[in-house]
Amino acid sequence: MSYHNPLTPPRRSATFDDYTMAEIRRAAATGIYDIRGGGAKRKVPHFDDLLFLGASISRYPLEGFREKCDTTVVLGTRYARKPITLKIPVTIAGMSFGALSGPAKEALGRGATLAGTSTTTGDGGMTNEERGHSQTLVYQYLPSRYGMNPTDLRRADAIEVVVGQGAKPGGGGMLLGQKISDRVAEMRTLPKGIDQRSACRHPDWTGPDDLEIKILEIREITEWEKPIYVKIGGARPYYDTALAVKAGADVVVLDGMQGGTAATQDVFIENVGMPTLACIRPAVQALQDLGMHREVQLIVSGGIRSGADTAKALALGADAVAIGTAALVALGDNDPHWEAEYQKLGTTAGAYDDWHEGKDPAGITTQDPELMQRVDPELAGRRLANFLKVMTLEAQTIARACGHNHLHNLEPEDLVALTMEAAAMAKVPLAGTDWYPGKPGL
Amino acid sequence: MCGIVGLFLKDKALEPQLGALIADMLVTMTDRGPDSAGIAIYGGGAAGRAKITVQSANPGADFAGLAEALKADGIEATVTVKSTHAVVDVPAEKLDAARAGLATRPGLRVMSAGESVEIYKEVGLPKDVLARFDIAKMGGTHGIGHTRMATESAVTTLGAHPFSTGADQCLVHNGSLSNHNNLRRELVKAGMRFETQNDTEVAAAYLSNEIAGGKDLGQALEGALDDLDGFFTFVVGTKSGFGVLRDPIACKPAVMAETDQYIAFGSEYRALVNLPGIETARVWEPEPSTVYFWDHEKAA
Amino acid sequence: MPTFDLSVTPLREFNAALHSVANGDNDTAFEVVNPRGAHALAVGIDKPLSVDVRGSVGYYCAGMNDGGSVRVHGSAGPGVAENMMTGNVTIEGDASQYAGATGRGGLLVIKGNAASRCGISMKGIDIVVHGSIGHMSAFMAQSGNLVVLGDAGDALGDSLYEARLFVRGSVRSLGADCIEKEMRPEHLEILSGLLDRAGADAKPGEFKRYGSARKLYNFNIDNADAY
Repeated sequence: MSYHNPLTPPRRSATFDDYTMAEIRRAAATGIYDIRGGGAKRKVPHFDDLLFLGASISRYPLEGFREKCDTTVVLGTRYARKPITLKIPVTIAGMSFGALSGPAKEALGRGATLAGTSTTTGDGGMTNEERGHSQTLVYQYLPSRYGMNPTDLRRADAIEVVVGQGAKPGGGGMLLGQKISDRVAEMRTLPKGIDQRSACRHPDWTGPDDLEIKILEIREITEWEKPIYVKIGGARPYYDTALAVKAGADVVVLDGMQGGTAATQDVFIENVGMPTLACIRPAVQALQDLGMHREVQLIVSGGIRSGADTAKALALGADAVAIGTAALVALGDNDPHWEAEYQKLGTTAGAYDDWHEGKDPAGITTQDPELMQRVDPELAGRRLANFLKVMTLEAQTIARACGHNHLHNLEPEDLVALTMEAAAMAKVPLAGTDWYPGKPGL
Repeated sequence: MCGIVGLFLKDKALEPQLGALIADMLVTMTDRGPDSAGIAIYGGGAAGRAKITVQSANPGADFAGLAEALKADGIEATVTVKSTHAVVDVPAEKLDAARAGLATRPGLRVMSAGESVEIYKEVGLPKDVLARFDIAKMGGTHGIGHTRMATESAVTTLGAHPFSTGADQCLVHNGSLSNHNNLRRELVKAGMRFETQNDTEVAAAYLSNEIAGGKDLGQALEGALDDLDGFFTFVVGTKSGFGVLRDPIACKPAVMAETDQYIAFGSEYRALVNLPGIETARVWEPEPSTVYFWDHEKAA
Repeated sequence: MPTFDLSVTPLREFNAALHSVANGDNDTAFEVVNPRGAHALAVGIDKPLSVDVRGSVGYYCAGMNDGGSVRVHGSAGPGVAENMMTGNVTIEGDASQYAGATGRGGLLVIKGNAASRCGISMKGIDIVVHGSIGHMSAFMAQSGNLVVLGDAGDALGDSLYEARLFVRGSVRSLGADCIEKEMRPEHLEILSGLLDRAGADAKPGEFKRYGSARKLYNFNIDNADAY
């Protein structure tokens, strides 16, 4: 009797997987690197690997309602004559007009204002709409200096000197020709329809010793009123935080690799920078070593998605978090409602990231006048406010369960880790043990 | 990041004021570097003598009996203690032996060795470091000062600049190198020793190594342009000379001033404003990738 | 005319005084003595004031100037008149690097030499340098005019957009996408006007014009060497 050999199932390579092979073919066909929006998509250790230890017998939880869990945060107490008070420790990260449509920026302003928090301009300058709709507006001061002017500097509530962002620490801004509309071109002093090339360093200072003088200049122009933030991409967070403090920052904004961008090379997003979880403890350690924890506030961003992420970032020592991608999703980005159109673009809801092409069906990352209409700024603003409130309630629920009457009273000792990587990065013990990799004294 | 100052005197009448002039320049640069400060003063060397400057965190304990210990090794030495540092004066021909001997004593760090140079450096603000060592009372022919804002290595005494690279040679640096770790590994293989993780120490050792291999300082600095990666403004001191080099991108600041009486260097013009005759000095900025060098032993 | 002596008066007081001038005030001419290389001097002016600085200044003098006339009787540190909006800034001596950086309007005149990165990322400012300029000048310059009576260093106009560069002396090397261009009557007219306003002793015909070849405006793989 002959033995019938079953077919060997085809075996795909883990190294040369479908994505990899498709990317090699694409590069061979086009001769250009892949550009996309968003943050790192690969799986990295993140807040999901941390859990809270709720109260039981050794600790007591707080009831809701009268047993308050305060959520306010004050930013800029170090030097600013007019520090900012936010009702919630969640802010909207910098995203440019140009990268986002006008209605989307308006929605962000409306939503943030309803929730009692701030929005941030991006690499294109301040629009009147955003200043009008956003009660508290942080004005970014970037290497490009597109649209930079003293009037906007003075009507901002805070100024954020951007050294880098998590998606591309060491890289500059990018906006391709398809999104350089008339209005964007005018704001950025560029010819319409060309690709905006990026500067990765500031034009008139290099290094923290010069940054100190630049911050002095900005303070002198604005009568020392506004909090000055310094934003860094997560690469060497200990040193960068220490240097930002020495250069005179009021607030440090730290953006991990999951932080989104409007457009940059995929290879940059996925291979440069550290996961947000790996950045927080070194930054907090730097603040503590300088005796500046809570005096210079720390805002963490890059993959913040919920009140749980917020509470974990705060427990590790942050003063607040910022959301970018999550805010856009709340507005309607990548919504299954537009699935038919995503399919036509060769993608699917949840995976769409070719924002630089300006064809966003959701009308958010586009300058196309028709697509933009799909965002109703009031409705979308309401959605964002809802999401921010849910994030806050979630964080409060967790904090109360841990026995805290202010979100800032969350501590690293409220946390345990599920994996070795998360334990090592967060310096938090593996659940059920008192050990983490690198723990001193062993 | 940092502030650098340097002064090379042409007019001997100013030599008694060298320390005071440099001290004033350095204090002006405090904002650029609050972490630690250091000075190299060249001068006061007597014919046939040499000096080694050593540092200790426990000067009382570690400096006691130093002269006797050296005498036991056959080296006639006088030891002058200045706070946490001590200047050990020995016959010139005994310099290497004395340096080797001192390097092995517990708790001591050798800051400099040579016929002319003394290096003092400590953690703290420039004005405090300068006062501690009475720099303002010192005279000399030329000197370099540095005040530090640590970038990637620790704030320690040893991490402060100037770094001594060889007899009478030292280096200060403003900027940030990016291939110093690889370079350090190669230099370790070549026999150089390192005490810190500091990128500047690597640059200093690189120059030393090149000079030990037969190059002069100018050639070694030219080599640095190819072999060092990153941003740097270097000011270098030798027994009779003073050099300046900026990397090809030249973002870190550098201002120079020259009169009949001196050549001065500062990271900012502010550092130069109190120098005599500054109002009519020739003030300029060194070009990138260009070695500038002035030497007392060569024609002015 | 109010005089501020920076050896006794804090910088903050001086800048605050400039910012609190109201429309219709009598005192609109200010003098500063003993600047001694101070940073951020006369920044953020937003009225048609005049400021005379007797001595040399540090970084960012007249930063973000909008309508003021600032004259430095000495030299200027890095970033003089950075991001100027409108107005005039004149430096009698030399200027350090980044002079006129990201400037959006107004006229910056440097009687001596400017260092590297003069006019970096300029967005509409006019800069006239009587002497020479250093390397990487007009890097990513978007619009405005840079006029140099002396020489220019390496990589002039690297990654240039639409700014116009006029150099009378030699250019050590041109940056990516920067080429010599034809001088037409409209350019001679612009140049003539700028030389006049800057009190510069030169004739438009003595200059060469440099501008963008516009090959980097939309990505093409064959230009990859330029990046």
